[in-house]
Amino acid sequence: MDFVRDLFVNLANAWTAWISGFMPAWLATLVNYLVVGILLVLIPVIATLALTWMERKVIGRIQNRPGPNRVGPWGIFQGIADAVKLLIKEDIVPDRADKPVFNLAPLLIFIAAALLWTVLPFGRGLVGQDLNIGVLYLVAIGSITTISVLMAGWSSNNKFALIGAFRVVAQLLSYEIPMVLSMAAVVLFANSMKMGEIVEKQIVPFGLALPLAMIIYILAAIAETGRAPFDLLEADSEIVAGYFIEYSGLKFGWFYIAEYSNLLAVSAIATTLFLGGWRGPGAEAAPALGPFYFIAKTILVVFLLMWIRGTWPRFRIDQMLALAWKVLVPASLANLLWIAVVVKLPMPAAAQWAFALAGNLAILLATLTMLGRAAKRYAAA
Amino acid sequence: MLSQYAFVGVFAIIAVALPIIGLTVAQLLRPKKPNPLKNSTYECGVETIGDTWVQFKAQYYLYALIFVVFDVEAAFIFPWAVAYNKLGLYALVEMILFVAILAGGLLYAWRKGALDWH
Repeated sequence: MDFVRDLFVNLANAWTAWISGFMPAWLATLVNYLVVGILLVLIPVIATLALTWMERKVIGRIQNRPGPNRVGPWGIFQGIADAVKLLIKEDIVPDRADKPVFNLAPLLIFIAAALLWTVLPFGRGLVGQDLNIGVLYLVAIGSITTISVLMAGWSSNNKFALIGAFRVVAQLLSYEIPMVLSMAAVVLFANSMKMGEIVEKQIVPFGLALPLAMIIYILAAIAETGRAPFDLLEADSEIVAGYFIEYSGLKFGWFYIAEYSNLLAVSAIATTLFLGGWRGPGAEAAPALGPFYFIAKTILVVFLLMWIRGTWPRFRIDQMLALAWKVLVPASLANLLWIAVVVKLPMPAAAQWAFALAGNLAILLATLTMLGRAAKRYAAA
Repeated sequence: MLSQYAFVGVFAIIAVALPIIGLTVAQLLRPKKPNPLKNSTYECGVETIGDTWVQFKAQYYLYALIFVVFDVEAAFIFPWAVAYNKLGLYALVEMILFVAILAGGLLYAWRKGALDWH
């Protein structure tokens, strides 16, 4: 029974003990790294197969149509059919493209998407490596996406792709600031950048103490993954497909996989930072439940993002930039300073939670009031 | 400690290997029949006029500049946030000053109209 209670960690320990029996310690470590690495690198692929189906079904239901329902029961094999199609499709490289950069961009975007999964804790002890700079690592790896998207847009030698690349620079850079600042608020509150430790400190999820930081993070995350309503970089009705317009076959496929992997990754980060990660009823006594809570919460956030995509129209570029610089950046700066003040107050933890929550709600209210006034001015002009 | 980054290195190699394996498999499976028309730039059906790599709107550059300022700030905020409890009240005052200077810069850019899309 004790074995089942922490099933995954015990299985891993048993496996390590078994392979250590007939190979030197360094080789056993290397084999473990390889096994964990291969498991983690498959997450983007599995995420794409599962989430494309889920997204089509959800968006389909929102638009009052059934979604895919031909390949397999409820269309669940649609993703596999698409994967086979991408695999056997001809690869077209335009004559005027900058070929080395053109070929490198899909690789780089996939590497960035996969490396994000290094630090995300699926349960207690179930993490690729719990780096002590976890949150900073996520920010650093996440910004590689910007470079590879810019590489793709520039090297395609296509005007639509170039416009898409410019929009990427404007959008991803602008929304990186509020995202980083809202993550910093969590780091300040938890006093650690380790993802595992941040989860351990959430006896009550941080989303209940820092709702403003959570809202800012989720808005910025939608923009960072380039999904509607922030899908200007691949706005299909304006610039066809944006930066990956010239890509076909599996090279396009890597962009697609990176997009869905990033969707799942930002949801998993939001879960870890704000929703208590793998914590849940019974997860203390039986850590094997952790991964199930983690995945359930992540899918819930993914569903929220799909819901937003299905119901909001696309932002115009000036509105998109104004939201980032004139609303989210000041709000997240104010939030960060307030959290810094609260953490310094000599109070028990519960009082700090209450003060943090009150400040968050006050800043949120002030922001919404100012937004309402600006909207009125805008409508009158 | 260092072995943690060894894992990141091993994982990075695996992450490079997977797309390369995928592209190699695809190369064996897919047809390859290029022709000049197929390899032309996909824009609107007729021959593309002029060079794509032209001068672009300077506004994008302004946003990139403001971004650099705030990104450097972010690199400063993370170590500050982690060491915050050990630093005493001085850390709070320092960060308030730092953010105030940055907010002043943001306000300046805002008033100058650098944040408006023309």
